[in-house]
Amino acid sequence: MTTRGRAAGRRPLLAGRGLQIYTWLVIAWLVAPIAVMVLFGFNDTQGRYNTSWQGFTLKWYGKLFEIGDLTEALVNSLLIALLTMVIAGVLGSLIGLALGRYRFRGSGTTNVVMFAAISCAEIVMGASLLSLFVTLAVPLGFWTIVISHVMFSISFVAVTVRARVMTLDRSLEEAARDLGAGTWTTFRLVTLPMIFPGVLAGSMLAFALSIDDFVITNFNAGGTVTFPLWIWGSTRVGIPPQVNIMGTLIFAAGVSIAVINALMARRRS
Amino acid sequence: MTNIQAGTGAAVAAAPVSADVPAIELDSVVKEYVSHGEVVPAVKGVSLSIAEGEFFSLLGPSGCGKTTTMRMIAGFEEPTRGTVRLRGEDVTNVPPNKRDVNMVFQSYALFPHMSVWENVAFGLRRKKVPGDEIKRRVGDILEVVDLVGREKRRPKEMSGGQQQRVALARALVNRPRALLLDEPLGALDLKLRQAMQIELKRIQRDVGITFVYVTHDQGEALTMSDRIAVMNDGLVEQLADPREIYERPATKFVAGFIGTSNLLSGTVQHVTGATAVLALGPSDRIVIPADGTASTGDAVDLTVRPEKITISTEQPVGDLSIVRGTVAEVVYLGTSNSYTVVLADGADITVFQQNAHDSTITAGRGDTVWLSWQPRHSYALR
Repeated sequence: MTTRGRAAGRRPLLAGRGLQIYTWLVIAWLVAPIAVMVLFGFNDTQGRYNTSWQGFTLKWYGKLFEIGDLTEALVNSLLIALLTMVIAGVLGSLIGLALGRYRFRGSGTTNVVMFAAISCAEIVMGASLLSLFVTLAVPLGFWTIVISHVMFSISFVAVTVRARVMTLDRSLEEAARDLGAGTWTTFRLVTLPMIFPGVLAGSMLAFALSIDDFVITNFNAGGTVTFPLWIWGSTRVGIPPQVNIMGTLIFAAGVSIAVINALMARRRS
Repeated sequence: MTNIQAGTGAAVAAAPVSADVPAIELDSVVKEYVSHGEVVPAVKGVSLSIAEGEFFSLLGPSGCGKTTTMRMIAGFEEPTRGTVRLRGEDVTNVPPNKRDVNMVFQSYALFPHMSVWENVAFGLRRKKVPGDEIKRRVGDILEVVDLVGREKRRPKEMSGGQQQRVALARALVNRPRALLLDEPLGALDLKLRQAMQIELKRIQRDVGITFVYVTHDQGEALTMSDRIAVMNDGLVEQLADPREIYERPATKFVAGFIGTSNLLSGTVQHVTGATAVLALGPSDRIVIPADGTASTGDAVDLTVRPEKITISTEQPVGDLSIVRGTVAEVVYLGTSNSYTVVLADGADITVFQQNAHDSTITAGRGDTVWLSWQPRHSYALR
């Protein structure tokens, strides 16, 4: 033992360096695909395939919206994601509120259904949704995508909000009532502000799940093309650098929200 | 001292009511819950009448129904049967936001996302009180509870005692007909609790509002209340002022719950005029005031407070209640000595003897002693 030189302070140092290396490896692993995506948006590619580095250029940023159906697909995706965020956000929050607050006939079942929807394989859900729409003779398109997205993201919102509601002190709402606030005013001034972090987190999760969903969308899109569907379609003919740029912008928006949130949380505490 | 009743607010301008209409009235109020198909009674029939400006306490162990009773006054629970009246007006089915009472919650229930000022102004804003009046009234009440200068703080930036006072201000600023307090001092440490007891009493006198105070702490109730309703198992056991509750507990439960009591039981030997004589053991004789219903042969439970008993090593003379026993324990308590004396029938009697003179301990462990007290200090319990 002593020959190994187990001096105090030496092992922590080694462990610390090992941990540092390991940490950077993990970060590199996570960041590499994103870095490649960002980098190839600046690639001065000549042919159809944007797969090898050919020099730096900003020209694709100037031609960002020159591919008409790609732009349209992106707009579709953003619209669907926004609609999903709002609809799933509102409905999911109400479910979460009910599940976190009350015991009612069917509350247990609702809980199970929520988790079933989360754990169900996406491809199975996509296929069965298609069967449902076909059976009911619902024409596939923009709205069937929205319905599907709301359907699979609503559980995530409900679960997030429910967790928040369960930590809420019930006497806060009673205090508001006691001080003269009606049911709606109590909700608006006390309940909603208290559960808002959960509502926001759940809604943003719904947005994120919707904007890059491919599997379920692919079954239920009909003639409507979303951003992920367009990219899938263009893999055989070559993905243009504009896709990298759009991906970069979506990523940048997500990171900005996360940073703003962290800064606000720091200022609050 | 700031007088928050001064002002021209709408709440003050309510029609004057004659003083004999009680602020709060409960008429045979029953509350039952249904749990797993079974009816569980929480309050089994309570009738109370709380006077205007009174400091009224509901005292009892947890689960006795005191909080449920208060929540029915506030409107958070609807009685299964019975009537709740505020100033003579039936409010049994009126929701809490339409009742002119305010509550201080055990957890304070301060809105964490609002400042102290916003918390206190919440009730006035709901009543659409004009802005400048809100400013003045919030300022005044914060002065009463000694929180001037802390208006912008968030509740969690304040100590427990300060939060408590914010909760009090938030309720009082509305000038309610009655203020309901649900174990408001439970979360504070002992010193602060004692300081707040005096503070609460002062505030109540200043603002002249009826206080209904729920507590399981007998000391708190005895210190602050004008009257106390001692509750047990969904019923009021005794309703009286603190002195009477302590000196003349009506039931076994009250005698045991408030302070230290000695419970004895005996049989009536004979009744002479206004007194009944009981026998416990061969050399014992207990005299109690008789209410006219006692007759020879009745079994009677009675109580006597430890500080009313005199302990002596020689047989006392006079028209006293006298029992004999053996000292089992002597504890020196500083201001008094506490004796535990075992009687012939096995009953334990606690006796407090003041250290008034330079009196040394009268008797030691194992000594045979006589205990005696005035007949008026013990009486039969229900």
